Amino acid sequence: MAKTVSEDELVGRGAREGRRLFDAWYAELTDAAERGVPAAYVFVMGSLVELLRVFDLPVVFPEINSLQTAVRKVSDGYLSEAEDHGFSPDVCGYVKADYALQLRGGEHPRGRIPPPAIAVLTNACNTYIKWAEIWERLHDIPVATIDVPMTRGSTRYPLVKSSTADDDRDRRYIRGQLEELIELLESVTGRPFDEDRLRDTLRWTNEMGHAYRRVLELNRSRPAVFDAVMEGTIFLGVANAHRGTEAGARYFQELVEEMEHRVERGISALGEATEERYRLAFVGVPCYPIFSDFQRLFSDWGGVFVGSSYLWFASGGLNLEHEYDLEHPLDALADGVLAGVRMATDSMIFQDDALLRSIEEYGLDGVVYHPVKSCRTVSTGLASSRKRILEESDALALYIESDMMDPRVVSVAQLKNRIDAFFEGLDSRKVRLDAVEATVGGAS
Amino acid sequence: MKMPTPPAPSSALEDDFDPLLELNFDAGLEPLMLELREVVQDPDLPTVQRWRDRGGRVLAHFQVYFPEELAHAAGMLPVKVRGSRIERREADSLFGSALCSILRSSLELALTDRLVPDLFVTHPICDAARNLAGIWSRNLEAPAEILFFPQNPNSRHSHTWLTGEYRRILGHIEEVAGRRVDDDALRHSIHLFNENRRLLREVYAIKRETPWLLPVDDAYVLVATAGLLPREEHNALLRRLLPLIRRRERKPKDRMRVVFEGGFCEQPPLDLLAAIAEFVDVVDDDLLIGLRWILEDVDPGSDPVAGLAEAYLERSSYSPVQHDLRKPKEEMLLARIEASRAEAAIVAAAKMCEPGLDEQVAYAQALDRAGIPYFLSEFEEEMQGYDHLQVQLETFVENILFQ
Repeated sequence: MAKTVSEDELVGRGAREGRRLFDAWYAELTDAAERGVPAAYVFVMGSLVELLRVFDLPVVFPEINSLQTAVRKVSDGYLSEAEDHGFSPDVCGYVKADYALQLRGGEHPRGRIPPPAIAVLTNACNTYIKWAEIWERLHDIPVATIDVPMTRGSTRYPLVKSSTADDDRDRRYIRGQLEELIELLESVTGRPFDEDRLRDTLRWTNEMGHAYRRVLELNRSRPAVFDAVMEGTIFLGVANAHRGTEAGARYFQELVEEMEHRVERGISALGEATEERYRLAFVGVPCYPIFSDFQRLFSDWGGVFVGSSYLWFASGGLNLEHEYDLEHPLDALADGVLAGVRMATDSMIFQDDALLRSIEEYGLDGVVYHPVKSCRTVSTGLASSRKRILEESDALALYIESDMMDPRVVSVAQLKNRIDAFFEGLDSRKVRLDAVEATVGGAS
Repeated sequence: MKMPTPPAPSSALEDDFDPLLELNFDAGLEPLMLELREVVQDPDLPTVQRWRDRGGRVLAHFQVYFPEELAHAAGMLPVKVRGSRIERREADSLFGSALCSILRSSLELALTDRLVPDLFVTHPICDAARNLAGIWSRNLEAPAEILFFPQNPNSRHSHTWLTGEYRRILGHIEEVAGRRVDDDALRHSIHLFNENRRLLREVYAIKRETPWLLPVDDAYVLVATAGLLPREEHNALLRRLLPLIRRRERKPKDRMRVVFEGGFCEQPPLDLLAAIAEFVDVVDDDLLIGLRWILEDVDPGSDPVAGLAEAYLERSSYSPVQHDLRKPKEEMLLARIEASRAEAAIVAAAKMCEPGLDEQVAYAQALDRAGIPYFLSEFEEEMQGYDHLQVQLETFVENILFQ
């Protein structure tokens, strides 16, 4: 029988437990580093952790390590060290911070990161490929790149399971590559592949995905029950680090419980002191060097991020209505990698249709685009997407540029000026709309 | 004047064609090179316009490589989209700030109707370019497609998959061209392009063996015209020009032999290449490598589509945007330097080009280990004035000479 929890325990549990799980994960990595256990290096889009767990490889997400240096306000030191080795200020800050971390023997503000025994990646981001080539040079490790063919044109978003010949061809291609990866993992670890263990990890991901989608859906409520940038990023940390585990699945199931409770009681993400005035979507990557200050620039105006494209593309496809077929684990994994990576890249490149739907479904007043210097995958098309959103919806759109890693290019004063002007625009539109409504109401 | 039919045996492949360029070969080599230089630099793409005026259809493909034979076999003109030095009035508002120039200027060409493709094909060569199909399709009428190339060419399955991907894009081409492409038509195109690849190898052989006869900027013009003309015409052009170049009245100079690396996508301004050519002999490079990607003849065999895919994977050059465990880029650069008997390298990168800038680090470290001098530089297509770069390059050369 489920344990009864008090309201005090329930509200805020997701954030507290998320931090605890995240800390535990870093403690495990530190322990692995200290015991000399090499790890598998992976990325959030197409991480394949379900397969790596079968081989008992500790899993390192260098993107998360890098962003944590920014959250902990030490990224500038890492970036400068990489730039001293020749890296340009114009390349991805995640790569540079990780490069410096490797030079420092895994030293990280949250502990110590073990070195790689293997890198497993997809082509969801081209920088993943360049990044892995760096590890190949630094550590002389095997690099397995799973090539995932993505959406070929702009009219197929969102790509859910389809039975076209092209998709079948793509699925077979990925399945073949996964078989090759399994051979490589057996060789690196000296352990045989165990299909039953893969089935178990896929089952936990199915459960996690089901709950994850429910959490996103619950934010349609008014007021919104979590901030998709602030709390959402904690959720993402757990989703990636604990994907394919019982702890990860349980976390999200309990998170659903908390969020349903919040919906029932009308407990706002902004707390009791601040009224929810504007419902926003966030598009891009968070501004980690000023992570909580960035959110306050919006919440001070009563703005809450109800949704975020980050919760789509950085969740490894958990936002997609997709479940692994546990009868055929390897086929299911191939199918899931294809669907998940496509969803992730579509969410970065062809996201405007999904945004237009979100504006309706989540009752959005505005869309905040945050392109960053460091990530061209996410940022390149955002100005063009904004233009379409403005043309085809009533939402207002804000376009602010900074970076996800580099405090040298984050100007809080400039951001605040733009954000304040955006809310003044929302205020002024609200006054106009209220006046129109009053006139219409009076006439009737 | 209309070009004469080229001599056998190649003429058998090329039959009759109505040239898009009216060149006066009687005027001699230098005026011809000047005229071609203007064609290559003209943002109005006059040859492509003429092709369209005659009712031809255009497949525009973004850097780096595209199997142009597929478009040619369907009767379309494959046009290499490589940006342009133009004032950008519309495209910049559709992009963020930390992006390279070639993305912007290529879109500007289309937004201003200088480039009017019937089909635009881009490739996820980098994080920025993978967004192009989305941006083009939001803002332009012509269909925009993404052609994926395997980023796991070491997989046993990549050839089968790429063959299927070529057939998929061929289906789109057939739709746009309004005609079916049979294997014989494709074989014909492959033979024609094999001949073009042979001629381009000759261009590079001249540059390597007698660099004083063919400076890097002139060689660039010869290669770039391939992206603007039907291959029949380009083959005929090279067959006329290469003998003239070999007979060029220029004396050998005792100059440093260098490799230029970093021109695989965004192109340095032609005047920048000319400025470099004033100080050193560029004996090999990766400029417009996509037009020279396939290193040997493609086997038209029983399945010409499969032959093209096999050539992409197994008989190809290298670039920072292709990941192949058999081709570590720094080792490939060292091999290029050795094969061309170069003494130094210019390792350039376009501003904001992430793959190029990433690779610069690996190249520099490998060159340090090998003890090969190198000159690091950044460029962008709209840059003006090269005096500063020339001074730096001159100092670089003098430092090496007087060491």
